[in-house]
Amino acid sequence: MATIKRTVEVELSTTGLDPQGRPMRTPLVTATDGSQVAVQAPPALEPELEGEHMLINLGPQHPATHGVLRLVLELDGETVVRCIPHIGYLHCGFEKIGEYRQYNQIIPWTDREDYLNSMGNNVAFALGAERLFGIDITERCTVLRVISMELSRIMSHVVWLGTFCIDIGAFTPFLWLFQERENIYDLLERWVGARLTTSATRVGGMAADIPTGWTDALETFLVRFPRTLNEVDRVLTKNGIWVGRTVGLGAMSADEALNYGLSGPMLRASGVAYDVRKDFPYLDYETYEFDVPVGSSGDVYDRFLVRFEEMRQSVRILQQAVRRLPDGPINVDDHRVILPPKSKATSEMESMIHHFKQVMEGPRPPVGECYVPVESPKGEKGYYMVSDGTPKPVRWRIRPPSYVNLSAISKMVEGHLLSDVIAINASIDIVMGEIDR
Amino acid sequence: MSTPFTPVSPGSALPGPPSVPATLRNVPHRGGDVNPSAEALRQKFGSAVQRVDVVWGETTVVVDRARVQDIVRWLHDDASQQYDYLSDVTAVEFRDLEQPIEVVWHLRSLPFRRFLRLKALLEKGTPLEVPSVFPIYKGADWLERECYDMFGIRFAGHPDLRRILMWEQYKEGFPLRKDFPLRGRFSRAEQLRQALAANPEARYSMEELSIADAFEDLPQDMRTRIRSGEKTGE
Amino acid sequence: MGLTPRPEPTTATYDPKSQEGWVTTKLDFLVNWGRANSLWPMPFGTACCAIEFMATAASQFDLARFGMERMAFSPRQADVLICAGRVPFKLAPVIRRIWQQMPQPKWCISMGACASTGGMFDNYAVVQGIDTIIPVDVYVPEMEPDPDSQLYIPPSAINELSEPFGNSVQQQRSGL
Repeated sequence: MATIKRTVEVELSTTGLDPQGRPMRTPLVTATDGSQVAVQAPPALEPELEGEHMLINLGPQHPATHGVLRLVLELDGETVVRCIPHIGYLHCGFEKIGEYRQYNQIIPWTDREDYLNSMGNNVAFALGAERLFGIDITERCTVLRVISMELSRIMSHVVWLGTFCIDIGAFTPFLWLFQERENIYDLLERWVGARLTTSATRVGGMAADIPTGWTDALETFLVRFPRTLNEVDRVLTKNGIWVGRTVGLGAMSADEALNYGLSGPMLRASGVAYDVRKDFPYLDYETYEFDVPVGSSGDVYDRFLVRFEEMRQSVRILQQAVRRLPDGPINVDDHRVILPPKSKATSEMESMIHHFKQVMEGPRPPVGECYVPVESPKGEKGYYMVSDGTPKPVRWRIRPPSYVNLSAISKMVEGHLLSDVIAINASIDIVMGEIDR
Repeated sequence: MSTPFTPVSPGSALPGPPSVPATLRNVPHRGGDVNPSAEALRQKFGSAVQRVDVVWGETTVVVDRARVQDIVRWLHDDASQQYDYLSDVTAVEFRDLEQPIEVVWHLRSLPFRRFLRLKALLEKGTPLEVPSVFPIYKGADWLERECYDMFGIRFAGHPDLRRILMWEQYKEGFPLRKDFPLRGRFSRAEQLRQALAANPEARYSMEELSIADAFEDLPQDMRTRIRSGEKTGE
Repeated sequence: MGLTPRPEPTTATYDPKSQEGWVTTKLDFLVNWGRANSLWPMPFGTACCAIEFMATAASQFDLARFGMERMAFSPRQADVLICAGRVPFKLAPVIRRIWQQMPQPKWCISMGACASTGGMFDNYAVVQGIDTIIPVDVYVPEMEPDPDSQLYIPPSAINELSEPFGNSVQQQRSGL
């Protein structure tokens, strides 16, 4: 039997009172032909006070939902019986507009979707585009991209931890961690000119090389940042309130986590040691020494520990990367994708033509498609690009890790209290820009 | 700690000592190494496998759209394949409107460290419907809903196929189709008017209503329909 | 006993040189000064601008020194709605409802290019400027405004509120 799907619209705001003094509700039904039909209101029934479940709306504007997320919760007292998430309140048509932009023009868009990890997204896109073009980048560019990805991972985890602390009620680590974020902003501003939305990469290289003295500033940061991490660690990890509020919440077993398609720290906290940097490596990650923290129980506390340790491991990778940064060109020497230097473009005819074609048309990849996943702080992130030989992609698909991670929230919050919903939601580390795109 | 904990490690099904994969370099445009699953699929499903391509090192298998669920289930359950991770479900429509719409599944086998792309071609003029893989992977829930929202592709067997990114009564169409203009079909004023008319609070789906205190006020037939598990959609 | 019709809202003229109502005008000035220096913002943060707003509120560029420390997340307790980030059409009725829930006197700051004009999102999904939905008082350009630019907000808001006609502006505004 075919099920007929209908949306029932019920006016829940009072337009008046019926003779019994209860608010009037006019149930409407959308019939199969699309017309709205008013249903006869039934006789007034005695409202039952026992066993009545409440339906409350959390969001879309809410300080603790990390963006514009709407959760409709069925509550039995304070316990959540069911949770229905509604997203799409930040849907801005990224994928559509990617079909109208050249490959280098898409890079500012990659900043804005997961805005906490902008450099990481830039690198992910550049890796995908370079695979589509069939280009291998230079050594210096590889190491600089590792530096940008790990800095970006630290930035994202710092915001996550700061806002997570605020949601649970601890305000001070937020200020400490945002001060560290300001230090990274200083570094980024010196390199690419922007704090948050960096647009740091280009297809075939980077937007700019690092200025002199930048590596010294980065090494200073790498000395000071672990001290802040230790402070936060002392305040939180063995704190009775923190542990009491996070242990045992929202646990997902390894099989469930795999089946739901979770990735990143969510999956690793559930006991699956899948890290794209180790299993499908890129940017020579197999040559760096770092560990991947894996949790055992998959609850909120384990996710906290996993992300915290990931920050320390990122510092470790950065220390190795800074030491091995080679000299050399930063952009690949390929006139199909990289703009020629200005001195040549204004003096040689051929360079001027290359410059003209790239600026007016944009680089043209061969016909094909590719998907290069990277390990973003939220999980497995990748841009699936399909090219038909024109400078603009036919399809630019963002594989959003937070989107798939958030779909598991209805499973995770069942049976927990309302304040636990906030903690579990915060532990997923969602960015609505990435979810809704 | 009481019980020792062993994490699930990718690459556990690969023979020999644990290997460390390397960053891919000099990937050829076409004709790289084929994923062994492609050959296994050919042997198992024969004519349902229409084409195998290797582009930029990634194996793409084009399959018959009616057999998608069987194929994905076999890939998930079979011990020699173990594709336990669904990375993505999406669709591609080409600028040449004669070409079919391709529905793409990205599957990953963590024990074997493999990546496979499955495609089903939906010819223009045929109903845009494919079987859902939700019974196999719960992660397909929202991915398929988004595919429906953006392209209008129906996934048969999905429990709750309704719009997810646009509001449920969105009338302009399916945004990522190539005949949908970038700025939408309606004028800006009309888009704003329709958006403001969608009162976010007054519209609850039937599933949500079943738990609200308005449930008792609904007429009897609606209550029976909700109790029997009817869901809402577009 | 007849009911008199409600008077139409009129512009109150303010003549600083007039000697009439000296105490009332000083009181007006005091009230406006108080309002201007303790604006409680409601951060309607949607996207990247929200992160920059949080950075402005954090320790390095402190918003608390302007009295804007207490972020009112309930619109019923807020003075100024700071719309930080892009607003898609699905969110438009939400921001309108929130604006309607704010009590008078209220102001709106549209922060960033996306909230002011739609920014780089000229497509089917994004409202091309929230001034199509709610009345905006201050527009902050850039994508995203870094804290140095955001620190122009409090002085410009204070300017707007402290001017002699500040009070009458509220009486002129009807409806919303």
